[in-house]
Amino acid sequence: MNITINGEQRTLDDGLNLQQLIAMLDLENKRLAIEVNQEIIPRSEHASYTLKQDDKVEIVQAIGGG
Amino acid sequence: MTTESTTSVNDKPLIIAGKTYQSRLLVGTGKYRDNDETTQALDASGAEIITIAIRRTNIGQNPDEPNLLDILPADKYTLLPNTAGCYNVEEAVRTCRLARELLDGHSLVKLEVLGDEKTLFPDITATLEAAEILVKDGFDVMVYTSDDPLIAKRLEDIGCAAVMPLAAPIGSGLGIRNPYNILTIVENARVPIIVDAGVGTASDAAIAMELGCDGILMNTAIAAAQNPPLMASAMKKAIEGGREAFLAGRMPRKRFASASSPIEGLFF
Repeated sequence: MNITINGEQRTLDDGLNLQQLIAMLDLENKRLAIEVNQEIIPRSEHASYTLKQDDKVEIVQAIGGG
Repeated sequence: MTTESTTSVNDKPLIIAGKTYQSRLLVGTGKYRDNDETTQALDASGAEIITIAIRRTNIGQNPDEPNLLDILPADKYTLLPNTAGCYNVEEAVRTCRLARELLDGHSLVKLEVLGDEKTLFPDITATLEAAEILVKDGFDVMVYTSDDPLIAKRLEDIGCAAVMPLAAPIGSGLGIRNPYNILTIVENARVPIIVDAGVGTASDAAIAMELGCDGILMNTAIAAAQNPPLMASAMKKAIEGGREAFLAGRMPRKRFASASSPIEGLFF
């Protein structure tokens, strides 16, 4: 399936869940927040949230700002 | 004259959204060379409330890059995620909700809805609308606004936890451009008034505090100084000094001189 992660197109295995995606991107144990199609998916639901074709995923973190 | 009783003042602490703070200096974490410089400046500032921005994580690049949150211990600092870079209501509200998820239900946010890239002045109508949505959604909103006293009051009435008028454009370092408006905002307010943006050096911070502001939020004035930790220390002192001067009550201004030494007892 094709999904968009932070604006980049990626082709991934069907049936992948958010927790597996985070592991695949080497982002485990990082302080992150995730939206799929502009809806926040709480951390507690990452393992049960299955991605589907054309999903738009945003993965954000804290950076320096004023 | 230097005993505790004469020099200490019964200052009310700064309370924002029910939490008490000793420091009236709030600082940003942007524009520093690296995390070391950030940490040194934060330490020197004595600040307890620290702003952060929310941005996309780099996918597949530098997975071991140190995360800002790892150098900002939660027991030491109150984090204040901002909506910098947001130019409409939707972007600002979305950013606050992501921040709340990122920080495990944290409700304190700095709302800024910008109107224009050149001035970074706030879009006031969008700011009012976003503030209403966020307050209803349970956020404690510290809101960046213009130095308009009527709008400051409206934002307070909406239920914002603190109102943060600009002193001058963000990152400009121009100082307090409109002290009388800031004074009017302070006099009208029942929530903390924090000057946010425009301070350039320590004297600017002192002037804002002498007007009776409850605190100052700054980033560039420290980060863009030649020696950021030293400027952070200077700002800390200026804010303490300005606050004490405000509480002490300044002498009236007079046009002509008034001798400090008595005329009586002159021997010639």
